[in-house]
Amino acid sequence: MKVRDVLGRGDYALISELIPEGARVLDLGCGDGALLAWLRENKRIEGRGIEVKPELAQRAASRGVPVYQGDLESSLSEYPEGAFDIVILSQTLQELRRPLEVVEQMLRIGKHAIVAFPNFGHWRVRLHHLLSGRAPRTALFPHSWHSSPNIHFLTVLDFEETVQEKGWRVESRLFLSGHAQIRFAPNWRAEIAVYLLRR
Amino acid sequence: MITETRLVQFDSLELDCGETLHGLQVAYETYGRLNEEKNNAVLILHAFTGDAHAAGIDHEGKTGWWDNMIGPGKGFDTNRYFVICSNVLGGCRGTTGPSSMDPRTGRRYGLRFPVITISDMVRLQKKLIDHLGIPRLLAVAGGSMGGMQALEWAVAYPEAVEACIPIAATARHSAQQIAFNETGRQAIMMDPDFQNGDYPDDKPPARGLAVARMIGHITYMSDESMREKFGRRLRNREAFSFGFDIDFEVESYLRYRGQQFVGRFDANSYLYITKAMDYFDLTLGYPSLAASLERATARFLVISFTSDWLYPSYQSLEIVNALRSRNHDVTYCELTSNYGHDAFLVDIAEQTEVMRGFLDRCQRDFRRPQP
Repeated sequence: MKVRDVLGRGDYALISELIPEGARVLDLGCGDGALLAWLRENKRIEGRGIEVKPELAQRAASRGVPVYQGDLESSLSEYPEGAFDIVILSQTLQELRRPLEVVEQMLRIGKHAIVAFPNFGHWRVRLHHLLSGRAPRTALFPHSWHSSPNIHFLTVLDFEETVQEKGWRVESRLFLSGHAQIRFAPNWRAEIAVYLLRR
Repeated sequence: MITETRLVQFDSLELDCGETLHGLQVAYETYGRLNEEKNNAVLILHAFTGDAHAAGIDHEGKTGWWDNMIGPGKGFDTNRYFVICSNVLGGCRGTTGPSSMDPRTGRRYGLRFPVITISDMVRLQKKLIDHLGIPRLLAVAGGSMGGMQALEWAVAYPEAVEACIPIAATARHSAQQIAFNETGRQAIMMDPDFQNGDYPDDKPPARGLAVARMIGHITYMSDESMREKFGRRLRNREAFSFGFDIDFEVESYLRYRGQQFVGRFDANSYLYITKAMDYFDLTLGYPSLAASLERATARFLVISFTSDWLYPSYQSLEIVNALRSRNHDVTYCELTSNYGHDAFLVDIAEQTEVMRGFLDRCQRDFRRPQP
């Protein structure tokens, strides 16, 4: 069974492909722990999660996932350097108050970091904004301006620029539209961008 | 499920204070069956005034203090797990304590009983577990003082503990916690009937002990749960008495609880056990809490409750963060409850779910004890 059939999320499918057998994995914003539970069953990883929402953290815990209920931005500094092989931040970057500090922490406590985010440069977003004259609302960004958890709106180009500035090393970059992988013009066509970074 | 409290004797126990106790007895109960692999034993550790009767119904028809958590299909599922609970050292419910007979004098210990610690309690429990032939426990679990014992188990006997579950607990008492305990102790010792601990059976320091229990009960509830339970409701009257009889429902409740407690708990045990809690400090002898917990190899499940102001979440977080700083296997949930410190005994739906998943994984990943 493919991971996406289980989890129904394209980025999870890619992420699970990036994770080697038996890795030590920390999932930031792990939700109900579905990804970690799947990885434990299928890749025998040693997983940890952080989740701030009490109901979700409890669901993760009741799956047997070692979850820490707490705010991820203030809790990464506790972990020792190099504690994990891979630290995952999946579709949460755009919700963080200090996203760059979090990525820096991820690269401190993990040998690798996977950062996945929704691409605000997707053509449908641009078109919606251009034609409607309103804050974009698409399947990817379904929230109204006042109820959105997203506080930063970034595109593939924006993230590339930040990677350059920060000197992060990109091991691979993968782009998704639905469940299909995008090979060219990702800033126009990708809904989700997945970056594998290393220190 | 009718349960029976069993007794076992041990020759001696060396204590942290330097003294040695002789001729000890431990009261315990068990539920479920120890499997052949011996990987399903769970030791339940009771809180301050608890006893060995944790689950089921005893011969007097009394239900166990954690019966909602322990039993077939419950959080500690006795169809799967072999659950053990014993009365603590210093207690008054079957295990040796200050109300026991001193074998050297033939008289009651009273205040001649040596001052005991949480690690003394755990050392005696280890004798029980050895006696039961269990090389490695699947889990040690308890709330409040039970959680302190669980932590002590994980650090003192890492090879004998697969999983550690401290609930609404702390690695060391705060000034506030010591203060409440001291107030209770003073209430007891200032009662003229206390007689320096040598009170007769039929004339205990009932007033002091009842007041101590009233204070305790307040700290186990929350502002919100008291508002919900009592509010400002008057007790059996329409108007104020303009006197110092019982006016309010909450007064009646506390007095009732205080008096009820006198019938089932020994005043000297109150002193000794609260002192053991106050002395408890998992960092003693170590540079930090993280250094102390580094000895532990158990997986941890730490639970706290939002409205618990006696053992607030920051104390659980202190444990969790020390574990995370060593990248230890730890699960932490702060469960939402209005019941204050009592939540671990009464508000158990979420606690049950979390417990189930955690125990299930720990049994699957059970590490064989090294021969």
